[in-house]
Amino acid sequence: MSYLMNSSEIIQTIRMIDQQHLDVRTVTMGVNLLDCADGDIVRCGEKIYEKLCRVAEHLVPVCTEIEQEYGIPIVNKRLSVTPISLVAASCASDDYALLAKAMDRAAKAVGVDFIGGFSALCQKGMTVSDLRLIRAIPQALTETDLVCSSVNVGSTKAGINMDAVQQMGLTIRKTAELGSMGCAKLVVFCNAVEDNPFMAGAFHGVGEPECVINVGVSGPGVVAHALKECRGEKFDTVAETVKRTAFKITRMGQLVAQEASHRLNVPFGVVDLSLAPTPAVGDSVAEILELMGLERCGTHGTTAALALLNDAVKKGGVMASGHVGGLSGAFIPVSEDAGMIRAAEEGVLTIDKLEAMTCVCSVGLDMIAVPGDTSADTLSAIIADEAAIGMINNKTTAVRLIPAAGKSVGDRVDFGGLLGSAPVMPLHSGSAAEFVARGGRIPAPLHSLRN
Amino acid sequence: MKAIVSVFAKDARGITAYVTSLLAERDINILDISQTLMQEYFAMIMLVDLEACPLPFHELAKELQDKGAERALDIHIQRSDIFEAMHRI
Repeated sequence: MSYLMNSSEIIQTIRMIDQQHLDVRTVTMGVNLLDCADGDIVRCGEKIYEKLCRVAEHLVPVCTEIEQEYGIPIVNKRLSVTPISLVAASCASDDYALLAKAMDRAAKAVGVDFIGGFSALCQKGMTVSDLRLIRAIPQALTETDLVCSSVNVGSTKAGINMDAVQQMGLTIRKTAELGSMGCAKLVVFCNAVEDNPFMAGAFHGVGEPECVINVGVSGPGVVAHALKECRGEKFDTVAETVKRTAFKITRMGQLVAQEASHRLNVPFGVVDLSLAPTPAVGDSVAEILELMGLERCGTHGTTAALALLNDAVKKGGVMASGHVGGLSGAFIPVSEDAGMIRAAEEGVLTIDKLEAMTCVCSVGLDMIAVPGDTSADTLSAIIADEAAIGMINNKTTAVRLIPAAGKSVGDRVDFGGLLGSAPVMPLHSGSAAEFVARGGRIPAPLHSLRN
Repeated sequence: MKAIVSVFAKDARGITAYVTSLLAERDINILDISQTLMQEYFAMIMLVDLEACPLPFHELAKELQDKGAERALDIHIQRSDIFEAMHRI
């Protein structure tokens, strides 16, 4: 073969794609919408639609071209926009769902899979516009198909805004009452990142350029396959194997990002090297943890296994890309991961263990079905716990819970497609109503004072 | 543009002849070729130059795949950069 390549490496790459579900999970174009602000909300919506259709016109065709030429699937093409609470702040109306509909129409017109950014950043306090946006979320998510929403309620620098936490408990409740799919498109963050290409939490931060390409790679199946080769080896070997594999996966993401950026003439932002599972067999983060020697994901040892995995993924990926960003690590969504679903159904994986796992994974409590009658206070309390983990540990945490209407513990909820299905998980029954009703702010931790 | 053509199949007579003639008919120049047997499976990898090939990439990929399927061959074509990116620093 040519001096540059050898056939076993080529075969390895082809197998990763064909048999181990290696893919680029998403090419996400971030678009600044601040210039679409208008006092008239209808006009604002028109400007948003017009700009997105113009800027993102070539995104999907270019990604399809890259997919064909490199033979690497790009599963999702997405848009992320400036948090709408900022774009809409000067509107005289509070009917923000109208703007969500404009985003939805634009997303459909350009052919993307999702559009994120129906968002508000209120870690320290809520502006009038933030509050309007939060109140519009249930309607916006119910009346659109592709719009995703996120709200940042805390940060290491600012502490936790408990008023926003309370609002988000209510918002998740209301969204669930209008249809449970809405909640799958809503995420509550602490320490949200501005360049995350993954949904439902993608938005285009105000520190970002006019337009940018961020790429999210995936590949739990490839890591699992590599780990099958080192059964019984010491953890040093396990970590090294994950690093090497993450490096290869990320190199591919970097190549796709560069090509997309070049062909679209849009600057390259970051590669987010997250292991994002899908419900397909063999594409599971839980399986990786089990391959390290755990009988079932969720049992004792799971947190340590996940800590190793999350860190090794970052270490392997960071040298493979010019700019690493986003969430970067291992995702642990329950419904989107066949191994997590099995572990939850068997009762080994519980909400408490998942909470512990979020201390060391890249995000948080994700795609977890909870009983349909879960109160807003309980939802808020879960958000507060998760935000506290993020705030104290200087990491992003998130909550994406789905109260399943009319269902109780043990029932199964089907979301379809990449979102998968999940058993309804039991929560603790003690009330947190008084705690949540206090409102105000939980102060930023001591280590926020780093200057 | 340079690309890698890979062919996987159960070993049989005439695979190399069949695939190389598919490439020749489409004005594709073979720069390098390697083939191995892994148990009873045949794996052939070719580095090719598409400079003179009149077909757009996606049509070429589809044609090769379809023509391969007629003989139970799994034929892929991919730009070579992806392999270099993944395995070389």
